Amino acid sequence: MDKVYPSVDEAVMDVFDGATVAFGGFFSAGRPLELTMALARRGVKNLTIVVQQVGVGNEEILELVANGQVKKAICNYPFPRSAQKGAAHPFEQAVRRGEIELEVYPMGTFAEKLRCAGAGIPAFYTPTGVGTVVAEGKEVRVFNGVEALLETALPVDFAFVHAWKGDSEGNLIYRYTASNYNNVMAMAGKVTIAEVENLYRAGELDGNCVHTPGIFVKRVVKVDRPPLWQGTV
Amino acid sequence: MPDVPPLEREMIALRIANMLEDGSYVNLGIGIPTLVSNWIEGRDIILQSEIGMLKCGALADEEMIDQDRINASCQFVCELPGSSYFPIETSFAMIRGGRMDVAVLGALQVSARGDLAGWNNPSRGLGKVGNIGGSMDLAVGAKKLIVAMEHFTNTGEAKILEECTYPLTAKACVDVIVTNYAVIEVTPRGLVLKEAVPGLTPEDVQKMTAAPLIVADDFREMEL
Repeated sequence: MDKVYPSVDEAVMDVFDGATVAFGGFFSAGRPLELTMALARRGVKNLTIVVQQVGVGNEEILELVANGQVKKAICNYPFPRSAQKGAAHPFEQAVRRGEIELEVYPMGTFAEKLRCAGAGIPAFYTPTGVGTVVAEGKEVRVFNGVEALLETALPVDFAFVHAWKGDSEGNLIYRYTASNYNNVMAMAGKVTIAEVENLYRAGELDGNCVHTPGIFVKRVVKVDRPPLWQGTV
Repeated sequence: MPDVPPLEREMIALRIANMLEDGSYVNLGIGIPTLVSNWIEGRDIILQSEIGMLKCGALADEEMIDQDRINASCQFVCELPGSSYFPIETSFAMIRGGRMDVAVLGALQVSARGDLAGWNNPSRGLGKVGNIGGSMDLAVGAKKLIVAMEHFTNTGEAKILEECTYPLTAKACVDVIVTNYAVIEVTPRGLVLKEAVPGLTPEDVQKMTAAPLIVADDFREMEL
């Protein structure tokens, strides 16, 4: 099975208008920089983006915002930390103007929504968020004396992930904390596209060390190692 | 209020470091909590960073920077012998699964029952959305939650209140509050004043606090 695509532009060429797209990465680490830039070039609109934070460490997401490609964002830590930086930030401004709809989830809930989507589980209960705005409109039940609220899985049409190493059959290996959301988003994607810094033929990676098995990955494309990001959040 | 100097942020962190037991797994939030890491060198305390790292080391200096090794505040960090890395779903299985012995978080407000409000300052004007991060999971999942914060807001308002007025992180989750003036425990009886900085009486701390305090039988001056 050969899943290798010659370029990021070809790898994203069927991302459609109105698609839900997940982006791996946590601030700068492990973000799919090249695939995101290719999506900006492709120009499809009305996207729902699923991403930890928008344009802080992953500034390339702001290209999608600037192009008017984003209809909705589903995030955990959407804004710059400081109110002052946020006021000047294009994504925060777009949310304030009502141009982009925003949903925010606690980090563990966000991760679990993706994990469930990948594992065929439609919904789950969690105590996280009970008694907060996160619980508004959601069913709450008591299990073993603990209140827990109902959250649903978050399937995505496309997942863009970044790996340190990958082989032609889609097996992926991440490096240090650049792993973060990449595995769970790869699982959640109907079509998962992996950009990899180092591309190998099947058999060249040690199967004992694979983090994401190739069954979760539809396409693999070789990219350069991203440049060092040294901003502050 | 008597003219008593408040603790520096680093000293709040030191007081908390002295509360941590050897052999514990600890997650430190953004702000004052992060400073706790400066006071535990050589101790048998393992720091978790929710991005996906156990045995998170010190901040990396220029030559130790690796762009793939950051903490949950996007700072470059060093590894230690025995450090490990894992994906976010595993990281939150640790947090939600009750494996964190202690979480130390900052706060905007804490209520008399131990409700925590820390993720959304209404003055920013973003309504019901904001940067939740891992705070709600940590507040619910950690075995013990220590809040590290200044006693007053920048504009001099009380942060310890009968009821929080800001959006909650979690209800009834805080175990101990360490401020720049006092150490206060949250108990089923209410808030118990355990320690105050030298020069402050329990009556002084009560005047500075917008929720009723019970003075501990073993109330004492804070020692660092």
